[in-house]
Amino acid sequence: MSAHLELSQIGKTYSSARGRAVIVQNFNLKVAKGEFVTLIGHSGCGKSTVLSMLSGLQPPSEGAIILAGKEVRGPGPDRGVVFQSPCLLPWLSAFDNVLLGVNQVFPNAPRAERHQVAEYYLSIVGLADSMHRRPAEISAGMRQRVGIARAFAIAPKMLLLDEPFGMLDSLTRMELQQVLVDLWRRDQKTAVMVTHDVDEALFLSDRIVMMTDGPAAEVGDILTVPFPHPRSRQEVLDHPEYSRLRDHLIEFLEVHAHRRKTGPAEAPADTAASVPLACPHPEPTPLPLSTP
Amino acid sequence: MPLLSLKDVRIGFGSGPGRHEVLRDIHLEIQEGEFVAIVGYSGSGKSTLLNLLAGLLQPDAGSLQLRGLPAPGPGPDRGVVFQNYSLLPWLTVTENIALAVDQVFPEWQPGQRAAHVRRYIEMVRLTPAAQKRPSELSGGMRQRVSLARALACEPAILLMDEPFGALDALTRANLQDEVVRIWLENRRTALLITNDVDEALLMADRILPLSAGPGATLGPSVSVPLSRPRDRRSLHHEASYKHARRTVLDYLLGPGSHAKLAVSRKLVLPDLLPEDLDGPRPSLFAPPKRRAHSATETVELH
Repeated sequence: MSAHLELSQIGKTYSSARGRAVIVQNFNLKVAKGEFVTLIGHSGCGKSTVLSMLSGLQPPSEGAIILAGKEVRGPGPDRGVVFQSPCLLPWLSAFDNVLLGVNQVFPNAPRAERHQVAEYYLSIVGLADSMHRRPAEISAGMRQRVGIARAFAIAPKMLLLDEPFGMLDSLTRMELQQVLVDLWRRDQKTAVMVTHDVDEALFLSDRIVMMTDGPAAEVGDILTVPFPHPRSRQEVLDHPEYSRLRDHLIEFLEVHAHRRKTGPAEAPADTAASVPLACPHPEPTPLPLSTP
Repeated sequence: MPLLSLKDVRIGFGSGPGRHEVLRDIHLEIQEGEFVAIVGYSGSGKSTLLNLLAGLLQPDAGSLQLRGLPAPGPGPDRGVVFQNYSLLPWLTVTENIALAVDQVFPEWQPGQRAAHVRRYIEMVRLTPAAQKRPSELSGGMRQRVSLARALACEPAILLMDEPFGALDALTRANLQDEVVRIWLENRRTALLITNDVDEALLMADRILPLSAGPGATLGPSVSVPLSRPRDRRSLHHEASYKHARRTVLDYLLGPGSHAKLAVSRKLVLPDLLPEDLDGPRPSLFAPPKRRAHSATETVELH
C-alpha cells in the first residue's frame, strides 16, 4: 500500500547575494494514514521549512510532496494547520473564527449543520461555555484551543502542527497535549508536528524524525515510539522504555548542538530561511532547547 | 513556630454579583530555612497569593503572620523578586541595589553600605556590569540584579514570583542553579511561585499545588526527598522524583481539577464530507457530500 503522505527528495534552497543557501536537502519521509509523526531539531534547523512546504505556503526547490495520491501545489483546506500563535481574527468570536473555515469546505450543507460542526469541535476542546467570546476576551491557552478546533473542523486529510504549544505555560501545555491526542485518536487524522520539546514528542508521536542542524539539514535518525494507544501521560512516563528513548533524543540534540558551535561556518542562511509557519505577531520566538 | 503563615485566607475582587473570588481557604505555613514551591496555572491566583504574603494586598478574611505576629503591610523582612524585574531604568545596577540597602540599613556607615552592595553584586556574578543600566543588560542579567536587590536587604524570607518565566531555556537553567547555590550558601527561607512542575521539583524541598481558579485553594503538600545538589539529567530516573511529579500533576491535571461545565449538553457532528476546492465549484443547488456509511455522530458532554 502506498503511503498517505510522501515527501520524496525534498530540498529547499534560497539564493541570496552571498550565494545559494541550502536549508533542507534530500528529505525523504513516508507517513502512513492515521500516523502521528514529529520533526524534532534545534531552532533554525529547517523543520518549520519542511512544514511550510507541506502546507503549501512555500514550494520545495527540489522533489515533490504527494498527499493522498495528489501532488501538493499551494495551500488548501485538505491540510489543517495549527500555528504557534493561534492567528485568530480578532473581530470574530471563537465560534465565528471556526465557522469561517467550515463554511468554505461545506458550502452546500445546511446552515444548522455547519453550526453543529463548529459547536462540536469547540465543545470537544473544552470551550463549550466560552465559544461566543472574542480572542481578546479569552486566555492564550483558550485561543490555542480555538486554533486546534478550527484545524479539525474543516475535516482535513491531515494536520500540520508548528510548535502548537510553544508559547503556553507548562501546565496548560500538558493539558492541551491531552486534548490534541484525544481528538487525534477520535478522528484518526494523519499528523505532522514540529517541536523541540522531547517530552511532548514522546507523548504524542508514533515516530520521531530527528533532523540534523542546518544549513543543509537532513533526516538524522528516525525513532519509533513503542507506547500503546490510547496513551495517558502517567503510563507513558512509567513505561520502561521512556527514560532510554528520552536520553537518546537528548543525546542526539546535544551532539548536534555541539556540532553547530564548533563546526565550520558555511554559507550563512538567508533570514527568510527560518521564517516560522506563523503569522507575523510580535511575540517572542521559542527557546532553542527546551530539554534541561 | 512557622516563619510565615496564612490562616483561613480568602480574597476576591469586586462585590455583589460581579464579585470574582480568587483565593479561598488558604492555609500555609512556611518553616525557617525551607524552600517551598507553589505550582499552579496561569491566572489561578498565584501572584495574588504572593502579593498577600508580601503584604502588597490585604486579605478579605483571615490573617498573615510573621513569626507569630500579625504583619500588616510590606516590609524589608520579605524580599520579592518579580517576573518583570521591576528595576529603575535610570539607575545603574549598583544604584538600584544601593537604593534598597540605604533604606533598610540607614544606621550603617556609607562605606559599609557600599561594601554590602558590592558583596551582593559579586554573589550574583554581576561585578563586571555593576555600572551598567538595566537597558544595557540581558533579561537574565536583569533578573540577577533583582535577586541581588532582594537578598541585599537580608530578608527573613525570599519571595519569587515566576522569576524565570520571561527567560529562555538556557538562561533559565543557569539562573535556577544560581538561586539554589545562593540558597544553599546561606539557607535563607525561600518561596518560589511557578507554573513549571519540573522547576519546582529541581529547586524546592516541598511543593504546594494551587488548584485552578476561580476560588483556587492549596492542595496537599508534596515533599521532594531528593538530595542536593540535584542534577537535571539523572533526576528523571529517580523513583522519588517520579512519585512527587505524579502526585502534583494528578492534583493539577487529574479529574476534578477543573470546574465542570455549567450544563451538560448533547453534541451532534453531521456526517458531512468536505468539498474539493481545487476542482470546479459545486453547483449552488447540489446536495452536500456525505459520508457513505457512518451516520451522524452524537456525543454527550458533561
